[in-house]
Amino acid sequence: MRSRALVARGALVLGLVFLYVPILSMIVFSFNNSRLVTVWDGAHSPTLKWYAALIHNEQILHAAWLSIRIALVSATAAVVLGTLAGMALARFGPFRGRLLLAGMITAPIVMPEVITGLSLLLLFVATEQLIGWPKGVGAVTITLAHITFCMAYVTVVVQSRLTGFDESLEEAAMDLGARPTRVFLAITLPLILPAIASGWLLAFTLSWDDLVITQFVAGPGSSTLPMVIFSKVRFGVTPDINALATIMVLLVASGIAVSAAWMRRRQKLRERDLQLAAAANL
Amino acid sequence: MAHLTRLSGRRLVAGIPTLWLLVLFLIPFLIVFRISLSEVRLAIPPYTPLIAWRHGWPSLALHWSAYSFLFTDPLYVSSYLYSLKVAAVSTLCCLGLGYPMAYAIARAGSAWRSLLLMLIVLPFWTSFLLRVYAWIGLLKNNGVINNVLLYLGVIHHPLALLQTDFAVYIGIVYSYLPFMILPLYANLEKHDATLLEAAADLGARPWRAFLAITLPQSLPGIVAGSLLVFIPAVGEYVIPTLLGRTDQLMIGRVLSDEFFENRDWPVASAVAILILLLLVVPIMMFQRLERRQLEGAA
Repeated sequence: MRSRALVARGALVLGLVFLYVPILSMIVFSFNNSRLVTVWDGAHSPTLKWYAALIHNEQILHAAWLSIRIALVSATAAVVLGTLAGMALARFGPFRGRLLLAGMITAPIVMPEVITGLSLLLLFVATEQLIGWPKGVGAVTITLAHITFCMAYVTVVVQSRLTGFDESLEEAAMDLGARPTRVFLAITLPLILPAIASGWLLAFTLSWDDLVITQFVAGPGSSTLPMVIFSKVRFGVTPDINALATIMVLLVASGIAVSAAWMRRRQKLRERDLQLAAAANL
Repeated sequence: MAHLTRLSGRRLVAGIPTLWLLVLFLIPFLIVFRISLSEVRLAIPPYTPLIAWRHGWPSLALHWSAYSFLFTDPLYVSSYLYSLKVAAVSTLCCLGLGYPMAYAIARAGSAWRSLLLMLIVLPFWTSFLLRVYAWIGLLKNNGVINNVLLYLGVIHHPLALLQTDFAVYIGIVYSYLPFMILPLYANLEKHDATLLEAAADLGARPWRAFLAITLPQSLPGIVAGSLLVFIPAVGEYVIPTLLGRTDQLMIGRVLSDEFFENRDWPVASAVAILILLLLVVPIMMFQRLERRQLEGAA
């Protein structure tokens, strides 16, 4: 084998080990009996006691429920706004304000989170002074902040999907007299539905996971799950967090496995259809 | 008539997200800038107003004290430079590990390729915070790495790995590696193999052909991946807080501490403005690359 390919494959294996060892270690130690987290207590392990502790931890359950609600609302609103922005950027050609919109879409993706968080909090403080809204920070301001940074990601996903598509179908429909709303619902929307779905999942994950921006715009009584986790792990490792991590990893992995299987099935069906069509042509 | 409704419809489609981002992204920066030019005071809100009334006349009250304070206190200058160093070293490490990985995936058979890409992206879908936290358990004095090395007899006393620069590099490379690999892969996958074959036919050795053809062609991917790692890494907060040194803070932590611990809004705002000034060139570079990629105009 060429030395170049050998180096590349070695790095790939090393990199994958590097990516997965920390996750595996969390899973293994979530079944450890010892409170010392990283010292394996062979006599009493494996045990499920940290999972039991987790189920009875009111603070974590409460925070998780808040995080789920915020992520559901944020992801849905971000998908609506992001799809509009993606449509405008991919389909409208040059228009006034295009550069402004494109710039404001890509900036939040790379912007250090402390800056976004600080600026949003100062905005909410200023509007409270000016128009008396919002009355203090909490779940509402967290959601507004999450929608803002999530919509940027959705826009990029939708825009790149639309750029890959031929506009001729939409143009044909319009030539036949279909109204723009009808064209969007009948043609564009079905085409970009996979992008919208993955954009929604991405937005949900980002919102569910965000700590830094949330910390700035959260108030007393509105601690999200990452905030609770951070305040716990900042002062050392706690075994129930390992259990929580294991549950989250398993949920994500099974979700991805299901969607991969579904996509493969769809691919197979399409190939079969193509073969049938080819056979019919003979 | 139909023409008119279509135009106003388009205006709405572009206008709603623009308005949203103006109010929740652009205007907040102007507010940060304005507060960075005031002085701290004991009131609600805790900074001096922009317009001061002198003898019944309004006058603009701009204070540079927050900025001069930042430049005179060596603590801020050093955490600034330290953040740049950490971000630069981590970006280079990410590139060194990510480039061959992306190369190997791009050259793998198509059946392998989607599986490998999924393996790269999968950690990204699990909690960032928990993945950083996992490294505490690995790097601690009585953590997994030290225990394994002690057991193997490689070392006799545990190494101090946590709360070091090394731990921060590990954390950043670990968290941002997918952001480096994906743009590199997207670039490398498109390369034309015939150029390499031509080089081989002309007698170029494989490494020479790589340096002369593949590497320069992959430059846009290298730049995009590096910017995606470098820009957020400069302001990184979670990783240095959980894994890093306590005697040398990164600038993102300084900003947060000024705001939450010292309640000094003008200084925190000035720190934010100075980070932005530093990042404005890389951010604009990234935006140009993104636009080109999304609009397909190479």
